[in-house]
Amino acid sequence: MSAGLETSADKPAQDAPVPPGGPANQGATAQAAVVTHGLTKRFRGGQLAVDGLDMVVPRGSVYGFLGPNGSGKTTTIRMLLGLVFPTSGSHELLDTPMPAGAARVLPRVGSLVEGPAFYTQLSGRANLARIDAVDATADPATTDARITAALARVGLLAAAKKHYRAYSLGMKQRLAIAASLLQPRELIILDEPTNGLDPQGTREVRALIREIATGGVTVLVSSHLLAEVEQICTHVGVMRTGRLVFQGTLEAMRARGAARVQVRTTEPGQAAEVLTKLGLDDVQSADGEVSAQIGDHVPEELCRELVMAGVPVAGFGTPRPSLEDLFVELTGEGFDVDG
Amino acid sequence: MSTADLAPVPVRPGGVFAARRGFVRPWLRLLRSELGLMFRRWRNRALLAVVVAIPILLGSALRVAVPQGGGQGGGGNGPGAAFLSQVAGNGVFLSFLALTIMLTLMLPLVVAVVSGESLAGEANTGTLRYLLVVPAGRARLLSVKYVAVVLFTLVACLLVAASALIMGVALFPVGPVTLLSGTTVPLSEGLLRLLFVVLYVTAAMAMLGAIGLAISSFTEHPIAAIAAIMILAISSEVADNIPQFAAVGPYLPSHWWLAFDSILRMPVDTTELTHGLFSFAVYIVIFGSIAWARFTSADITS
Repeated sequence: MSAGLETSADKPAQDAPVPPGGPANQGATAQAAVVTHGLTKRFRGGQLAVDGLDMVVPRGSVYGFLGPNGSGKTTTIRMLLGLVFPTSGSHELLDTPMPAGAARVLPRVGSLVEGPAFYTQLSGRANLARIDAVDATADPATTDARITAALARVGLLAAAKKHYRAYSLGMKQRLAIAASLLQPRELIILDEPTNGLDPQGTREVRALIREIATGGVTVLVSSHLLAEVEQICTHVGVMRTGRLVFQGTLEAMRARGAARVQVRTTEPGQAAEVLTKLGLDDVQSADGEVSAQIGDHVPEELCRELVMAGVPVAGFGTPRPSLEDLFVELTGEGFDVDG
Repeated sequence: MSTADLAPVPVRPGGVFAARRGFVRPWLRLLRSELGLMFRRWRNRALLAVVVAIPILLGSALRVAVPQGGGQGGGGNGPGAAFLSQVAGNGVFLSFLALTIMLTLMLPLVVAVVSGESLAGEANTGTLRYLLVVPAGRARLLSVKYVAVVLFTLVACLLVAASALIMGVALFPVGPVTLLSGTTVPLSEGLLRLLFVVLYVTAAMAMLGAIGLAISSFTEHPIAAIAAIMILAISSEVADNIPQFAAVGPYLPSHWWLAFDSILRMPVDTTELTHGLFSFAVYIVIFGSIAWARFTSADITS
């Protein structure tokens, strides 16, 4: 794995540009829907679920919050929404400090947290009415109209009177999204909205998110599958064992991936020496192949330097790994994601 | 339904993001929703049905066992025994008897179920997190939950009294009420005193409800909460009957539950009642505070 792609949680913006809000979180606040400052959660029992998170979700972005299961995404989202209190650190939603400003800001935030949960004995419509009755800012006179509009938006109008327990998983997910659309929102936080859905359902949810985002609403959507959100995201944040290992635009992530040089040679030691001498970072050699971060270097120059140094170059390239490769590289191969 | 032919989302008057609509009316709206959920749940309806059925069984059994026009006047130990002999003389006393009997087990069970369920049940199904992100407001939700528990308890107590009263009127003679002190008061005053007894019993159960709410805020398992509340109630009742515990007796939660028989004397001895109500108030404040402290600071991970 490439250490150069790793961003220390203390200075996440250093090699992960965060447009348009500028670097890190100073000055970004005005344009950011979500800003966290060193957000940390250590559960009783000592488990460090989230470790010094500095997250910036620009306003109007669709922010893909990625990471394998157990990497701290859900705990982060619970902290953002004031369900879980951080051990240290702070955060703001829509420029309002949380959890102090929860009553003011949460009515402008819609959310789906760790799967849908409703009253099984009630219909879809009655469940939304219950949610609306809880909202101190909601106008009871418009409840019915708002519920109908929300159900229509997620395509559940026909099943509105059905008991929740009779809903399919996809319908349950959509009802949860409908609940987050009961009021006009500025920010929508969706935790694994496609979890457990078939490809058809996944596509529907994705279309829905795209439609929500076109209205200028900031969307923070978490997933453990990059492919599910890749097509709709403008920004990504990647979590690994409680730390944010990458944050930036999707292009920035792609760009980071492209920035490697790969040399196939019978003298890997010599090649590695040359590349190190030229100032390339993260030089790795294995199986007759040497690779390094290309940085600001010009590939043609590197190739000439190698040849002039007498390295037998059998192959030379600057391969561009797929986003999926990058993602896996960032998050580990799956079995080392505990902790 | 395609996303193209959507009705526009209605915009709230006073701008897209209207200010909070005061406190009281949204609070009452939430309470109404809470009560609707509570009273529409089949399990709770079944509890209320049992609460209605027990006085009917009790009345029928007494009608068969006691010959009509039987003994007047009090006697025996405690209000229960006193009421038992009174029932045959006046059907109104079936209400007092039923409340006394139900107060040892059935009413605490009703309270344990609804209060134990209140927070732990929502945590268990995961709906709690969705209420809190609306946002419900933790203290606000807690206050609504508690008031709903108290109202459910009041309904249960009223149903016991009403069911027993109807059975009493149907099966036994009814007329001016001879109080436990031997004084006879008009039926209307007897019924008024019955209402006061119902309110006193509700206050006693509201205290148990506060304990239940506090316990419920510590767990995600409603059954565990309900069991804990019942164990606590029964332990208190048992300890209260052990002479060696006499010194702590007055401080036990259940000690003053049955102290309402002074309402049925002339003149009414308010000392016992005041002690009882004071005990309930202290318990409600203590356990209400525990519930508040816990619920407003707990991580919701369910």
